[in-house]
Amino acid sequence: MTETPHDITLTLNGTPRRLSVPARRLLSDAIRHDARLTGTHVGCEHGVCGACTVLVDGQPMRSCLMFAVSADGAEITTTEGCTTATGGLGPVQQAFRDCHALQCGFCTPGFITTITAFLETNPDPTEDEAREAIGGNLCRCTGYQNIVAAVLRAAQIQREQSQLQGEQGQPA
Amino acid sequence: MTTKLFGQRVPRVEDPRLVSGQGRYLDDLGHDALAVAFVRSPHAHARITDIDVTAALDVDGLVAIYTYDDLDGRMAEPLPLLIPHPTLTQGRTPYPLANGEVNHVGEAIAMVVATDRYVAEDAAGLIEVSYDFLPPVVGVEAAREAVDLVHEDVPGNVAATYMQETGDAAATIAAAALRARLQLSIERSASMPMEGKGVHARWDDDDKSLLVNTSTQTSTSVRQAIAAKLSLPVDRVEVVTPDVGGGFGVKIMHPWPEEVLVPWAAIRLGAPVKWVEDRREHFISSAHERGQLHEVEFGYDEDGVLLGLSVEFWHDHGAYTPYGLIVPIITSTQLLGPYKPRAYRVEFHSLYTNTVIVTPYRGAGRPQGCFVMERVMDYIARDLDLDRAVVRERNFIQPDEMPYDHGLIFQDGRPLIYDSGDFPASMAMLKSLVGWDEFVAQRDAARREGRRVGIGLACYVEGTGVGPYEGGHVRVETDGTVVVSTGLTTQGQGHQTMLAQIVGDELGVPVDRVRVTTGDTRRFKYAVGTFASRTAVMSGSAVALTARKVRAKALRIAADALEASVDDLEIVDGRVQVKGSPSAQIDLSTVAVLSNPLRYAFDDAARRATQFAGRADPTKPPVDPGDEPGLEGTDYYSPTQSTFANGMHAVIVETDPETAEIKILRYCVVHDCGTVINPMIVEGQVHGGVAQGVGGALYERMEYDASGQLVNASFMDFLMPYASEVPSIEIDHLQTPSPLNPLGVKGAGEAGVIPGSAAIASAIEDAEGFPITAMPISPSELFALRAEHPAPSRRAP
Ligand code: FES
Ligand code: FES
Repeated sequence: MTETPHDITLTLNGTPRRLSVPARRLLSDAIRHDARLTGTHVGCEHGVCGACTVLVDGQPMRSCLMFAVSADGAEITTTEGCTTATGGLGPVQQAFRDCHALQCGFCTPGFITTITAFLETNPDPTEDEAREAIGGNLCRCTGYQNIVAAVLRAAQIQREQSQLQGEQGQPA
Repeated sequence: MTTKLFGQRVPRVEDPRLVSGQGRYLDDLGHDALAVAFVRSPHAHARITDIDVTAALDVDGLVAIYTYDDLDGRMAEPLPLLIPHPTLTQGRTPYPLANGEVNHVGEAIAMVVATDRYVAEDAAGLIEVSYDFLPPVVGVEAAREAVDLVHEDVPGNVAATYMQETGDAAATIAAAALRARLQLSIERSASMPMEGKGVHARWDDDDKSLLVNTSTQTSTSVRQAIAAKLSLPVDRVEVVTPDVGGGFGVKIMHPWPEEVLVPWAAIRLGAPVKWVEDRREHFISSAHERGQLHEVEFGYDEDGVLLGLSVEFWHDHGAYTPYGLIVPIITSTQLLGPYKPRAYRVEFHSLYTNTVIVTPYRGAGRPQGCFVMERVMDYIARDLDLDRAVVRERNFIQPDEMPYDHGLIFQDGRPLIYDSGDFPASMAMLKSLVGWDEFVAQRDAARREGRRVGIGLACYVEGTGVGPYEGGHVRVETDGTVVVSTGLTTQGQGHQTMLAQIVGDELGVPVDRVRVTTGDTRRFKYAVGTFASRTAVMSGSAVALTARKVRAKALRIAADALEASVDDLEIVDGRVQVKGSPSAQIDLSTVAVLSNPLRYAFDDAARRATQFAGRADPTKPPVDPGDEPGLEGTDYYSPTQSTFANGMHAVIVETDPETAEIKILRYCVVHDCGTVINPMIVEGQVHGGVAQGVGGALYERMEYDASGQLVNASFMDFLMPYASEVPSIEIDHLQTPSPLNPLGVKGAGEAGVIPGSAAIASAIEDAEGFPITAMPISPSELFALRAEHPAPSRRAP
């Protein structure tokens, strides 16, 4: 009963990574234990809590419901990749701190990736839209109110940043 | 003066790490450790007749399989009964691995160790266990009837019966003008942190020492328990708690079977071993809480004053009693809330069932007690056609009656004496926050539109900061960094920030110069743990007292160096200076250097403290008698009793006339946790508590079938609230400082959850016009209740 390893290549937060994984290895386990990026968390392993959400080619996906082999060739972004180019806190991460949108932080990476993708399509959400956007992720600590606020705050930070870049004559 | 940090909304120092994926939770450690999976009982009650591991032995990557027969020494004994009580005459605890009998679905039978978790689960799946079935006992009713027994040597399934009485309740009720009886029940829910439990152990065979990481609320006590179970000298065992993804009570229970089995296997195998609980395991093999049935009898007068109250209740504690009687003791004492019946009698029976054990979940017995007392208040108001707030006001303990002694014994074994609180003021704040007096008009207007809305309220008192003690250690490093440690652990409450605020103020340094460590026995060995909303009170006070000691020492050394008097010195922004003449100053970092007379200059800072660096008084020893080298100190805080926080919630609900769907329109909270260290963090705690209260009132329940199967053991079926279910929460703070501790603080962690079911039941009752006596309540249950109370017989509340 030896398992055949499969070689796959993932672009993880911009860096190509070659991994050798059995066919049944979950993407969440490959990211966490093979690539050793442990920011992505596993809260249920049955696709309900959203803690394991990563962006696969820009789309939020539950990495506990995907096999690593099926992500071969994909670009994957985890919360570690949601920082600024210089490694500082990205807009969503900063907003979480500003709004006290995390307590234990276990659910947080799944929210950060989900919200990052959401703001791509809706950069100026209403409060209702913000609440809707996080509606598929569980958090046991915060009661969500401050996470909703963080979605709005993140949108504001992004707008301020692109305005600043516009004023400085840089492409937004 | 440095800006005061105490009371400020200081952003959390934990956050940059946690939001960017740099946290270190249990499963982020030990990637190369051997992995564990357990064979767990699929049956609620059975004798094990055989365990056949043959098929599993062929699995490639299998390292070991252990069953009860492999356990040696004290590992072969039952796990400890953590909190003994004189009335707990029939306490039973499980073995680390089942010893011939299983008493709930999920009980561990065999431990499989393999090269990775996938392989361990493969092997676990191939182990065949044979059983002789025994009749399962499920639910309070079946336990009480005791046709079948959980433990054959425990008659009536009763582990304990405990009664307390103040005054003569029966006589007072009999003499009262008005009397009533109610039967009230609450179902099981659970802490359900997003991160389950997990243990990682490393044995150093050269050093004969063990390092254990566990996702716990008490590292110091786990350390003692492991040392005792494995017969190791306690100083060869260290327990380091990594980041913990939520606890809410379930992780204060210890040692879990896995917390002793994983280290035991690591020693046997001479290799690091790790077990990480999966979600199903968490549902069926950790702990639940809340399931209780209450029979209440009370007498009152025409003004709505509660005279006599007698409560008998049955507490379903599951298959074992490792955590003693804490939950029902808390219900029985905290049930009284802010009220003062003339006479009170409470008796509970703690019952065995073939279900998962019950240990404290945030609120710990208080939500049940609050539900009972507040249902009584609402009953009296309805019966006398009085405003529900007025009835409560007429029963409040008044501010000038503090400290108020209830004449009962609390969960810490000490008298139940409220230290502070102003209940009438809290009620006034709540009424104005929610618009209590205006609501009747709104309700009537809504009714004219065919809508059903209702308002409810509930009050609670919470004993927080339970002893016996916590300690703190504070050291100023020679680079000016202040390192702080306290023994209790952290599960997301922002302790690093909160404790840094306290120490920062005492030592005059900014928050970013303070580094706080919790839950690491290498740093602090004496502690109790994080539960009972006790960290700010206990560790907060301990580190404040410690920082004051260190400050006094810093000023003494600086006074010497500056040739000034201690009384003339202050610490501003990390510098000790003479008040009014800031040019005469010395950095705290330099004071730290001078505090430790040295022979060897291992760095530049150290050079200033060596023997030829000048200015030592040759007539005195370098370290005075009674003094110690280093700018550091340790101190402890141990209060005579708990401090009592309180609060009141009001909620407005709307119920759908067709579908009976229940929607929360507004949720208002008035909260008194004494002086507030960080309002942002306290509000976050309240938000999270309210969310769990809403979950417990409307969605969450553990659905056991008659055979003892937990049929909803997944996040798909156990309905925890998402963002769509939790309302926006409006909060007002009243601050009545506690006279008991140096900071005036009272606990805040659990408060938000306590009155949830009581307040929401009150609101639904107001909307519907018939009594609500059992929580949680689902739309289908409300629908059924409507059928039992046809509209014409409904009384407008
Ligand atoms: S861990 Fe993937 S959704 Fe919960
Ligand atoms: S912050 Fe703890 S689960 Fe969301």
